[in-house]
Amino acid sequence: MKRLLALFLLLLSLALNAESIASDPLVEARLKSLSQELRCLVCQNQTLADSTAPLAEDLRREIRELIAKGMTDEEITNYLVARYGDFVRYRPPFKSQTALLWLGPTVMLIIGFVVLWVTLRRRNKTLPNDYEVADEI
Amino acid sequence: MKTQLKYLIPFVIFLMLIGFFLKGLNLDPREVPSPLINKPAPMFEQPLLNDASKTFSSNSMLGQVWLLNVWASWCTACRDEHPLLMAMSQQIDVPIVGIDYKDTNPEALDVLSKLGNPYSAVATDVEGRVGIDYGVYGVPETYLIDKEGVIRYKQIGPITVAALQEKIIPMIKGLK
Amino acid sequence: MIPEIGHFSLILALVLAIAQSTFSFKGASSNQPVFMSAGLSAARGQFFFVSIAFISLGYAFYSSDFSVLYVASNSNFNLPIQYKLAAIWGGHEGSMLLWTATLSLWTMAVTIFSQHLPAQFRARLIGTMGLITVGFLIFILFSSNPFERLIPAALEGRSLNPLLQDPGMVFHPPVLYMGYVGFSVAFAFAIAALLGGELNPEWARWTRTWTTIAWIFLTVGIAFGSKWAYYELGWGGWWFWDAVENASFMPWLVGTALIHSLAVTEKRDAFKMWTVLLAIFAFSLSLLGTFLVRSGVLTSVHAFASDPTRGLFILAFLAIVIGGALILFAIRAPKVGLGGKFGVVSRESFLLANNVVMVVACGVVMLGTLYPLFLDALGMGKISVGPPYFNTVFVPVMAPAFFLMGLAIFSRWKNTELPSLISRLKWAFIISVVTAIVTPAVMGQWKPMVSLGLLMAFWIITTAMVSLYDYMVAGSGNLILRVIRLPRAYQGMILAHLGVAVFIVGVTLVGGYGLEQDLRMSPGEKVKVDQFTFQFDGVTQTAGPNYMAVRGHFTVSKSQGAPIILEPEKRSYQEDSMPMTEAAIETGLMKDLYVSLGEPLNSEAWAVRIYIKPFVQWIWFGCFMMAGGGILALFDPRYRRKNKKALG
Repeated sequence: MKRLLALFLLLLSLALNAESIASDPLVEARLKSLSQELRCLVCQNQTLADSTAPLAEDLRREIRELIAKGMTDEEITNYLVARYGDFVRYRPPFKSQTALLWLGPTVMLIIGFVVLWVTLRRRNKTLPNDYEVADEI
Repeated sequence: MKTQLKYLIPFVIFLMLIGFFLKGLNLDPREVPSPLINKPAPMFEQPLLNDASKTFSSNSMLGQVWLLNVWASWCTACRDEHPLLMAMSQQIDVPIVGIDYKDTNPEALDVLSKLGNPYSAVATDVEGRVGIDYGVYGVPETYLIDKEGVIRYKQIGPITVAALQEKIIPMIKGLK
Repeated sequence: MIPEIGHFSLILALVLAIAQSTFSFKGASSNQPVFMSAGLSAARGQFFFVSIAFISLGYAFYSSDFSVLYVASNSNFNLPIQYKLAAIWGGHEGSMLLWTATLSLWTMAVTIFSQHLPAQFRARLIGTMGLITVGFLIFILFSSNPFERLIPAALEGRSLNPLLQDPGMVFHPPVLYMGYVGFSVAFAFAIAALLGGELNPEWARWTRTWTTIAWIFLTVGIAFGSKWAYYELGWGGWWFWDAVENASFMPWLVGTALIHSLAVTEKRDAFKMWTVLLAIFAFSLSLLGTFLVRSGVLTSVHAFASDPTRGLFILAFLAIVIGGALILFAIRAPKVGLGGKFGVVSRESFLLANNVVMVVACGVVMLGTLYPLFLDALGMGKISVGPPYFNTVFVPVMAPAFFLMGLAIFSRWKNTELPSLISRLKWAFIISVVTAIVTPAVMGQWKPMVSLGLLMAFWIITTAMVSLYDYMVAGSGNLILRVIRLPRAYQGMILAHLGVAVFIVGVTLVGGYGLEQDLRMSPGEKVKVDQFTFQFDGVTQTAGPNYMAVRGHFTVSKSQGAPIILEPEKRSYQEDSMPMTEAAIETGLMKDLYVSLGEPLNSEAWAVRIYIKPFVQWIWFGCFMMAGGGILALFDPRYRRKNKKALG
């Protein structure tokens, strides 16, 4: 009797484990990483992963199905871009229009440091040599 | 002189920014242009709203210019658009096909029986799959499709009188 | 009646603000004390009337006066009193009034704490602030009047956006605005100095105090906002690179640069024009942020009502104020001297290198935020620039700053020998590398990005510790006394930089080891996440003062210790059909447990999101440490002593 009860409890505890919304955790992990790079079109300032809007749920369902069909991440992104345009991508693709966006930061950083270096050297040459190292904190 | 001009750089950059903002004030950041313009309209075959045992196929429209209007009974903006659609169905000689998007049939039929039916046919899209193929993100949306089945124009949100007179009607005339 | 008093006070305030700037500038240019003191009095009067207007609006909310359009659109009878307060700045008109009231408050503070300044400089300062106030008052009176009547009066108001019905929203906007608007003082100092030519170390010292105070408010304000997003938006994120967030982050980055460059100008009388330019930039970015948020040129999660005509007004105002300042800059800049000499490797150089990184970082944020607008305006298509872009680009830009920070703590003013710097920091470097490699392995899973993040944090911590140690060895008395005796500015610097390290630790670990589960849970079911077992005990219906809620009950247990109860809610506010997600969070030093309720999936089961957020609190704690560092630096006797001297 005790054994039976234990078995019953064991079964019960098995049954009571919450399931993930996804049937397949691998699919879900890919959906997650993909949808974090995509913009929800209804609320527009959330990622597809975070949004609870109905369209976002439909699109997540669509992506799950596409993953199940064996499409690659790139193919799925292209599938959505074909329907909604580059607007859905939170990480804009690198092309001629976005060259400045992607290269700008590096260019600005290089220019910034070059200008600083040149300015410091030049003013150091111009000014009379007057310093002894100060003990200021 | 060269050193003088250097100090004007911030001002010049600022002027360029102001120019962009001035332009930006007249743009709608929420409007997403469809990449489907001048592309073949995605094919679909969906059950009819008034008779779920029959289906509507977009292929049946090949050879004529038509409007595809995505709407729903739960969409308040569609209600605003409805009178204009009614007027269009009377005055413009192209069929308006409705897609009842993510809706239940009784509620949609109820709206049409109360406000009138401007559509030559209404197909249902309960799961929103046709909507995804057409890149629908906010109902109502309206597509103008030509004789070859190519999307020529997309109206996001309710059709306005201005859009109708300046864009849709001239385009329809051109396509016919 | 009260709303009319408020409206009329705004008109009077406008008149006084005009008087404030004309009298002050007239007095300064002709050096007539009568005009200057008239300008001063007008400034104080302006503050008085703006305050009356602000209080009037507050009273209209308190008394639920729905004959005022703005009140009727943003409040109702059921709204709890603290949210009636928050509703004052919950909409466009009110937040512009808050902006102006904050500006008036800063003006008032300037009139009180500027007695030691030269009279003409002081008049130009107050005159400049007056000009800005005039612009905002005109804007409010002609396009965004919060006192506009609604006839006939509404029987009941529409209520405040439920997202804003949160204790955080009572504090976040005023604190943020204190920071944002506070940069107007630095701006006014810059303009006054450009006009009068008082660009000297003394000027830098005056400006530094005001800038630091504004920067402290801005730091705390942004931290509040980030925390609000974390618990209120229900997806557990703390920063989204949203346009509105970026709008507050850009002035912060430039403000941070400004604080550091003011140090160089103060010590060495150098890079004065650069410092002035930064002061102009910091406030320009505040105005730009206001424009971006208010005009609707960019989309944002923070759904403010936007209106192109208002946008046009702010744009015109922006063009006048910033454009004028930049032209003045271009005229005056060539005549300013170089100042004192310092070595290419020195504390000064490191501070300026910090400037380069901060300004570039701000440029990056601006580029990403505005790029979609640029393309759209040029007819080159619509794109989105979001978190994946910023996370990819921003971190590599900031990394050199974190490295330089360690070197800067160590370097000496005027000149530092590079070899000695390297030999002294050798051990700090080795220790941080080893710790950065080992720690992620101890945490359970080694990840290169975590290691890199921790390297930056440990580098800052170890260099700060070595520097502290050096000064403590040199001092006398017991250890605590030695630390206390160090200059406040130095202590503040160490604290703020340690705050940056703490912040980096939080960001790195929550990014690297955060867990997230999307579940379907029926009552009685449980799930194990990390070492915690979450059991769903079902939902109950509850009612709040102005909403109905479904409350989920979760029991979280781990192998030892008492179980934790978490009760996330799904609230429906009567006026608004969209349900609000109220997450339940168990906050801890090492990790947060975060549960939020999704949609009901059937009569029993719910979609549930469970997050484990390790070290997430460190993010905000780090920000508060930075602010604390700023406060400590304010108490450096250097500023007060010199001020008194100037007075005598």
